[in-house]
Amino acid sequence: MILGVTYDLLRWEEKNLIQEANKLGHKVVPIYTKDFYYISSEDFQIQGLDVVLQRNTSHQRALSTSAIFEGLGYKVVNDSRTLVNCENKLITTMLLSSHDIPIPKTGFAFSKEKSIELANKLGYPSVIKPIEGSWGRMVAKVTDEDTLRSFMEYQDFTTLSAKYIYYIQEFVKKPDRDIRIFVIGDEAPVGIYRVNSKNWRTNTALGAIAEPLKIDEELQDLALKVKDIIGGFFLGIDVFEDPERGYLVDEVNGVPEYKNTVRVNQFNVSSYLIKKIEEWIRK
Amino acid sequence: MVTLKCPVCGGQVTVEDDALPGEIIEHDCGAQLEVYNDNGRLAVRLAEQVGEDWGE
Repeated sequence: MILGVTYDLLRWEEKNLIQEANKLGHKVVPIYTKDFYYISSEDFQIQGLDVVLQRNTSHQRALSTSAIFEGLGYKVVNDSRTLVNCENKLITTMLLSSHDIPIPKTGFAFSKEKSIELANKLGYPSVIKPIEGSWGRMVAKVTDEDTLRSFMEYQDFTTLSAKYIYYIQEFVKKPDRDIRIFVIGDEAPVGIYRVNSKNWRTNTALGAIAEPLKIDEELQDLALKVKDIIGGFFLGIDVFEDPERGYLVDEVNGVPEYKNTVRVNQFNVSSYLIKKIEEWIRK
Repeated sequence: MVTLKCPVCGGQVTVEDDALPGEIIEHDCGAQLEVYNDNGRLAVRLAEQVGEDWGE
């Protein structure tokens, strides 16, 4: 198999994917996005790729290069439609909610006054998030109306493209952890707890500690249902444990990082993913 | 190994022969450098700062 890996930052995951693919006897063509261009009238230069693995850190570069490679007829993991569904939290929320996937109570508003009305209905504390973003960036806990007004003002003065869309969610009383479960192909083989006793945001980028997760049947079924709705081949799904309602799906990641998952589970995600991709393209 | 010049402090930066564009190097001077391909030769430049749309 000839595997293209499109990326803009060579993180641990991308290096590991290249090494593991080579170990499995595959050829890897690294496609560094910043060195790449495409002209519709010219023959495309990268010949013979069986599949392109999307690993750009920038959402815009990821979405754009997935769309280009799909347009050229390549199989892409993950494809641009999946990335749209994951990267825009409003779209993710609506897709999950319309398919009866349990999610935290979430609202959207398009003006400050309606956002306040919405937050009052959800109750405090609540959470305000940019509809696009990652690593817990700009995700804030709102304790009252004053705090909400302040966070909305901060959002207004960013360069966020969707800064006038306000995404407000109930604050889920989860334990000091959340769950990250990985879907690879048609399985959900591995996951972690992300534990942080000092910060309610449980992103590992913000200091949460990864611990191994034993995947129960309910969680596995939920992850695969989410995959059927969102699309894609390789997803990282974030799940809260609500003391009363059980599992609630919070977000879905279309270019997931997994260094800590590999470390604490001794599970070779890169190798597993490459083998699954190989099975898929041979079908 | 390839020895290159840090664009910030002018000091030496050593890069593996098989380094790929996009690799990040923390230089002794504190600069975060990115390997890139300069007309077929490895070179380093200041790494791009984290963007608003970066992440998983």
